[in-house]
Amino acid sequence: MFFDHACSRFYAAGVRGNLTKAFELANTQVLRGAALPKSYTDLLGRKLFLFLLTVQGLGAFALITLGVILRKNGVAKNVIRPRIRQEIARAGVALLPMFFFVALALGFLVVGQTVSALAKVGAISYLGSTMVIVVVRELGPLLAAFLVLARVGTANVIELGTARSLGEVEALEALGIDPVHYLIVPRVIGMALGIFSLTVYLIIGALASGYLFAFMQDVPLTPGEYFKQIVESLGWLDFALLALKTIAFGFFIAIVTCYHGLAQPLRLDDVSRVAVRAVTQGVIVCVLIDALFILLYLLHE
Amino acid sequence: MSENQDMPAIEMRGVNVAAMRDASFTVVENMNWLVAPGDLWVIAGQEHSGKTDLLMLAAGLMSPAAGDYELFGKDTKTFGEAELAERLRVGFVFQGGQLFNQLTIAENVALPLRYQKNFTPVEAAHEAQALMELLELSPLADVTPANVAANWRQRAALARALILKPEILLLDNPLAGLGARHLQWWLRFLDQLSRGHEFFGGRPLTIVASADDLRPWRNARRKFALLHDKKFIPLGGWNEVEAANDSIVKELLAVQLETTTR
Repeated sequence: MFFDHACSRFYAAGVRGNLTKAFELANTQVLRGAALPKSYTDLLGRKLFLFLLTVQGLGAFALITLGVILRKNGVAKNVIRPRIRQEIARAGVALLPMFFFVALALGFLVVGQTVSALAKVGAISYLGSTMVIVVVRELGPLLAAFLVLARVGTANVIELGTARSLGEVEALEALGIDPVHYLIVPRVIGMALGIFSLTVYLIIGALASGYLFAFMQDVPLTPGEYFKQIVESLGWLDFALLALKTIAFGFFIAIVTCYHGLAQPLRLDDVSRVAVRAVTQGVIVCVLIDALFILLYLLHE
Repeated sequence: MSENQDMPAIEMRGVNVAAMRDASFTVVENMNWLVAPGDLWVIAGQEHSGKTDLLMLAAGLMSPAAGDYELFGKDTKTFGEAELAERLRVGFVFQGGQLFNQLTIAENVALPLRYQKNFTPVEAAHEAQALMELLELSPLADVTPANVAANWRQRAALARALILKPEILLLDNPLAGLGARHLQWWLRFLDQLSRGHEFFGGRPLTIVASADDLRPWRNARRKFALLHDKKFIPLGGWNEVEAANDSIVKELLAVQLETTTR
């Protein structure tokens, strides 16, 4: 109830008061439920307005969550830390088998073929930089983010929506437990660390299986030369930005999905629609973050 | 324990209560109410009369639309995170329990201890064990709420509200849908809490419960009030309730129903 526009009179202590404001700002239900406008320009205006409201709501929610993470570091650690471990297991360890399979597929389908193609045109010396740009900088982090969004992000929307509709958020408030601290913070930290770790495994797996595929095609490249080229193409910026990018992916995917799960009361028939919207917005956010990091690479070069 | 026993536990002056789902809609207007420590109040009313909204306001979960509300002498308009200690002096039992479905009954009961006092699971379980036994919940300790009958879920919610040993206990329609055995248990236990249960060191709890049927609450010690037509009407004790000529009170006492049955 603390997230309804209509419930603006509700106060919840400290950050929860801000949370109410964040959701109130982004209450787009009225616009979404309104009849179609008469002209295309009106429709465009409405879409733009909805987009800005959503950005504002998500931004406010992200800042509030960040504030709680910093301010309540160490508070109720016997509850929050096990919940963070649980979320790391869910958004990380539990997905390892799937990522192992995806790494193999990525290696066979993309890396192996690239190695083979470069060898045919005699451009094998560009292999390292190609692999770093394609797999380490772009494909690895984005693919990991999309897979976690699909597997765990949708579950976040459904779980939080159900918890809200069953009154669990009000029950937390009544017990003096901050819902952002208890429900959101573990998911955000778990997903950020989960995506970072899975991306590292995915990249290593894809590069290794890619060489395996190239080896089977008799590409004249020893494993030592292959990995030496990759290592030489990697700079400190690649490591730093890979970590930052994957953590940003995890943070914002968790924010988008948690926001949609908690922002409005969900009926059962709402869940699929809201989950789809959350996934779509998650994909858009990831692409925007990726674009931002490409700019950083370009600026550095 | 309250620092000042003479200070009212709850005091409302000219309070307007807004609806939970629509803050622009007022469900109770100009309400004046004073609850002394140790009182046991039963707030009766029909469906959608604002009982839950009033209890949520009393718990400090929402602010009054107008007027002054003081909890332990503190204005709840400024009741924030800094006043968490004051807030934890109030326990709230939701209708239906509203337990956390992913936790077991024992974990639900221990959660406030773990979060507020940073107890480890073992420490919290040890601390909660006595209360679980008192409320006959021990056999259900490792079961999740979805696998427990509604009667027991409600009782688990009571245990969760009592684990931090609050001074005020607010119960939203606690007797709704209970079987006869559970109903008797609840009435007896609430009376024990109101008089001062040894588990709480003999300190009488201030209790406010809402009800849509007054018959089970028949007792001279309890104070009654009615929510009707956006008004808060204090009725007095049970004798006054029985003597009341109000049609709504008669309906809540099911007098007409009994007359028709005869």
